[in-house]
Amino acid sequence: MTITINGSDYPVPLDSRVSLLDMLRERLGLTGTKLGCNQGACGACTVLLDGERVLSCLTLAAQAEGRDVLTIEGLQGADGSLHPLQKAFIEHDGLQCGYCTPGQICSAIAMARELRRGDPSHVTANLAAGPEGPTREEIRERMSGNLCRCGAHNGIVEAIEEMLGGEPA
Amino acid sequence: MTPLAFHVARDRAEALSLGAANGARLIGGGTNLVDLLRQNVESASDLVDVSRLAANIQEVDNGALLVGASMKNSALAAHPMVRGRYPMLSRALLAGASAQIRNMATVGGNIMQRTRCPYFYDVDGARCNKRQPDSGCDAMGGFNRYHAILGGSNACVATHPSDMCVALAALAALVHLAGPEGERTVPLAEFHVLPGANPQVETVLRNGEMITAIELPPATPAMTNSEYRKVRDRSSYAFALVSVAAGLEVVEGKIAEARIALGGVAAKPWRATRAEAALRGLPATRANFLAAAEEELTKAQPLEGNAFKVGLARRTIAAVLESLAGERA
Ligand SMILES: Cc1cc2nc3c(=O)[nH]c(=O)nc-3n(C[C@H](O)[C@H](O)[C@H](O)COP(=O)(O)OP(=O)(O)OC[C@H]3O[C@@H](n4cnc5c(N)ncnc54)[C@H](O)[C@@H]3O)c2cc1C
Ligand code: SF4
Ligand code: FES
Ligand code: FES
Repeated sequence: MTITINGSDYPVPLDSRVSLLDMLRERLGLTGTKLGCNQGACGACTVLLDGERVLSCLTLAAQAEGRDVLTIEGLQGADGSLHPLQKAFIEHDGLQCGYCTPGQICSAIAMARELRRGDPSHVTANLAAGPEGPTREEIRERMSGNLCRCGAHNGIVEAIEEMLGGEPA
Repeated sequence: MTPLAFHVARDRAEALSLGAANGARLIGGGTNLVDLLRQNVESASDLVDVSRLAANIQEVDNGALLVGASMKNSALAAHPMVRGRYPMLSRALLAGASAQIRNMATVGGNIMQRTRCPYFYDVDGARCNKRQPDSGCDAMGGFNRYHAILGGSNACVATHPSDMCVALAALAALVHLAGPEGERTVPLAEFHVLPGANPQVETVLRNGEMITAIELPPATPAMTNSEYRKVRDRSSYAFALVSVAAGLEVVEGKIAEARIALGGVAAKPWRATRAEAALRGLPATRANFLAAAEEELTKAQPLEGNAFKVGLARRTIAAVLESLAGERA
């Protein structure tokens, strides 16, 4: 009865009401993942569950039993170096207060995978063929689950564009 | 939220037996239930996790598709057979919620999700017949921009918030159920019920029953030449004001088959059967599309805050059908 978080195993909390978000922040001290609305509306709590982006505020920790969780703390290299997307956020001013940033970054990393896989989005013109590529319109639609009350969206999109541009398609 | 026990169901039999206990609730992705439990709109003593049950698509001999109830909304939307044969379903799913929520939400949970009426959520401050039978309805004289224009009652004017279900209604999908008395199937369009005097009753699901799958009928040309259009207050990550799932087959200029369902207008996904019938055999023209939409909406009963929905629904139906007719020509 454990959950793997950033490569280490932790016991599932005995109280089944505990959300994955509360487990991370309150019990494990992994406060990089942020608590915004606690009701699914902002994306600040986004983490990767078995590689796919989910909201940790609406996930009960018990639902993650036996699964693999990756949080912002798990992104840095073994030598402590930043993930390329973290560097791009800094370079492109993809943040002001920084509160939404861990969620934005986790979300964008999973989004890159979805694009590579050819998953369509609401703005994909040809559903059967899939997305034409990481256009601005595609990025903005795919990132709509992550709000930024500081309005740093332009920098966020630019940082993501840089990451996607540097990746093999 | 009160303390609760959490069980992971490893197969359907276990889900049914654990789910039959008093106070037990099934949980799929939890994106609606966890929120409702936390806000004390709902309560449970036990949660039975059904998210690890059947989550795949099986093609049946006649070409129908059986979609496991635990399949995630994102996986269903991206599935090649759904994208190719039932575009309106992929489009409806992709227009709902956010990527994160679609990754969590299951097909069964999406069908069972509850209304977004703000008074339903306001446990301490509002009267709501759905939450507390016979207590009153604060939406009637209050904020009712998002509420129903069709099929409402004096007791409740809430809408069903699902996008996916609108496409499923237009596709005439079947809901497969299993329960203590065995298995049965119900058309999706008859699965949700109108509020009448008992708005707390929302579906025909019986005590102890669960959704096991949805069945998409073998694709017809009108299912494949199909679209979903959602009108909302912002362009992404918002519930529908009005939405239209439609499919059209035109043969030699005449409408052979029209499939139309509306979202955001009623307590259930609204299959526009009157409009569909009115269109059969007619030339595929904008005037005919508008007249058929008008026909469907004659019985609309708008509220103070949502009178705009009648015209919006009419124009959206016509616009979607026009675009489908154009793509055929
Ligand atoms: C911020 C936000 C925005 C959203 N926007 C949209 C939107 O634009 N469009 C849209 O359509 N939806 C939207 N949603 C709703 C979302 O689609 C639903 O919450 C989701 O589909 C529910 O699925 P789930 O698996 O998480 O259900 P859960 O929360 O796990 O369960 C919901 C209900 O279904 C029951 N249930 C679950 N599985 C079964 C089963 N197999 N048989 C019987 N009963 C079952 C549960 O007991 C519970 O009553 C939004 C949600 C949020 C939080
Ligand atoms: S419309 Fe229905 S859900 Fe909303 S307050 Fe009235 S009774 Fe409750
Ligand atoms: S804190 Fe989870 S979505 Fe806002
Ligand atoms: S940087 Fe402040 S909320 Fe996004």
